Amino acid sequence: MKNRRDFLKGAATGALVLGTGSKLGLAGMLDSKTEAAKSKVVVARDAALHGSDGTLDEKRVQALLDRAIASYTGHEKPIDAWKRIVPVGKVIGLKVNGLGGKGISTHAALVMAVCERLQQAGVKAGEIIVWDRNARDIEACGLTINTDASRVRVYGNDVAGYEEQGVAFGSAMDVKLAKILTRECAMVINLPILKDHELAGVTFSMKNMYGVVQKPFELHAGGCNPSVADLNCIPAIREKVRFTIGDAISSVYNGGPGFHPEHLWQPNALIVGEDRVAVDHTAWQMIERKRAEVGMPTLDAAKRPPRYIATAADQAHNLGVNDPQRIHLMEV
Amino acid sequence: MKFKLNYKWAVAAIVMVAVSAGTGCKHKVSDPFPATDAVSGWQKTSETRTYVAKDLWQYIDGDAEQYISAGVVSTSTSDYKHQGQLEATVDVYTMGDAAGARKILETGQTNGAKAMQLGDAGITYAQSIVFRKGTALVRIVAYESTPDTQQALLALAQGVEAKL
Repeated sequence: MKNRRDFLKGAATGALVLGTGSKLGLAGMLDSKTEAAKSKVVVARDAALHGSDGTLDEKRVQALLDRAIASYTGHEKPIDAWKRIVPVGKVIGLKVNGLGGKGISTHAALVMAVCERLQQAGVKAGEIIVWDRNARDIEACGLTINTDASRVRVYGNDVAGYEEQGVAFGSAMDVKLAKILTRECAMVINLPILKDHELAGVTFSMKNMYGVVQKPFELHAGGCNPSVADLNCIPAIREKVRFTIGDAISSVYNGGPGFHPEHLWQPNALIVGEDRVAVDHTAWQMIERKRAEVGMPTLDAAKRPPRYIATAADQAHNLGVNDPQRIHLMEV
Repeated sequence: MKFKLNYKWAVAAIVMVAVSAGTGCKHKVSDPFPATDAVSGWQKTSETRTYVAKDLWQYIDGDAEQYISAGVVSTSTSDYKHQGQLEATVDVYTMGDAAGARKILETGQTNGAKAMQLGDAGITYAQSIVFRKGTALVRIVAYESTPDTQQALLALAQGVEAKL
């Protein structure tokens, strides 16, 4: 695996564009259901992801990603697995989350590992857009802005702008979506980072979509419920954001979404799945377990349970399942 | 009569403008962010960015509400680096009154916080310092924990406090 410097150099020159002759068309549905009506979620862990000095081991991140994707798809070879996940010849968006600043943002090592595998699966460098709200958020992830379409593109909504025409679903009214989502991406892979959230309780897969709207603060009422669920029902989000590779390499179990190092912990995990509700339910339980471990009250007791997760699973939204009996959880 | 009334209002307006302009000229613009090397070993690595209350979500969306409910007027932030390695961010929240700063400091305090003497009151953790002075609430966060982190943060915090 290339190290970060090599990757950036390769991305800059286009040298990482591999497998351009892929014969695959659009990938079909993933083989994610082990039993009828069950949603598969993979939690892949590596306790040695951080070295003894606290530095993140990029090679181990790549290996962890490969293990997570192999477990999810049933394909041992990473490239075969990725060919099942992404369409070739289409623009793939990677929605990261850098809102919390340098200390608690989607890790660059994970982003680069995904970019590398995408290119090996036949996606051209210029067909990948890594994006978030703005340059500050992107730089907080440790990434560098690039708008050159011959390389992996990395920029924010502050560059590409928002649609002038609003869209709506329920409480999410007159929402101006990011043009990167509406006009550029055929498919989005969601790369949120796991955090406690002062208003919503937990922020992970569905809540990360607040970064694709112009005025996310208008969706904060009622602990972001039902707004998170409503927002994810807007067709461009529901249909294009099809896969989550959630970053639980580091997390904050209290005080989020900002960086509070006193509440930082390292689950050293990735949470992967198509069912955004099942992914969020799994992530929520991870936060609750950590809070219990350190003697903190549950999010319910703290008066900020992530109610939007159940809302997203209800009949009106039907975004996925939150019933543990209907989630096939694989811990690898 | 009408003319006299308008004339009086005009004179009053001129006086008010003159007084406020004079006050403005004498008012010292406060910049609490130490310049590079003003505090030993610390380099200011970014421009100071300021957000008024209504735009605070652009900086800390999801966290902004608690500051707004406590009466934040504006927030300024800047990045620093200590001896070319340890990165930190300094946030200065200017609240409407001292009670707002006290509220944020007290509600944000959790297990593991140690009280410290800085400004009117302060707390410290392994990688962060929060203190208040008057209407200012200051939060300084380091992005890694080294043997020198706490001492370096304290020096930077004292540098900020001296400029408030």
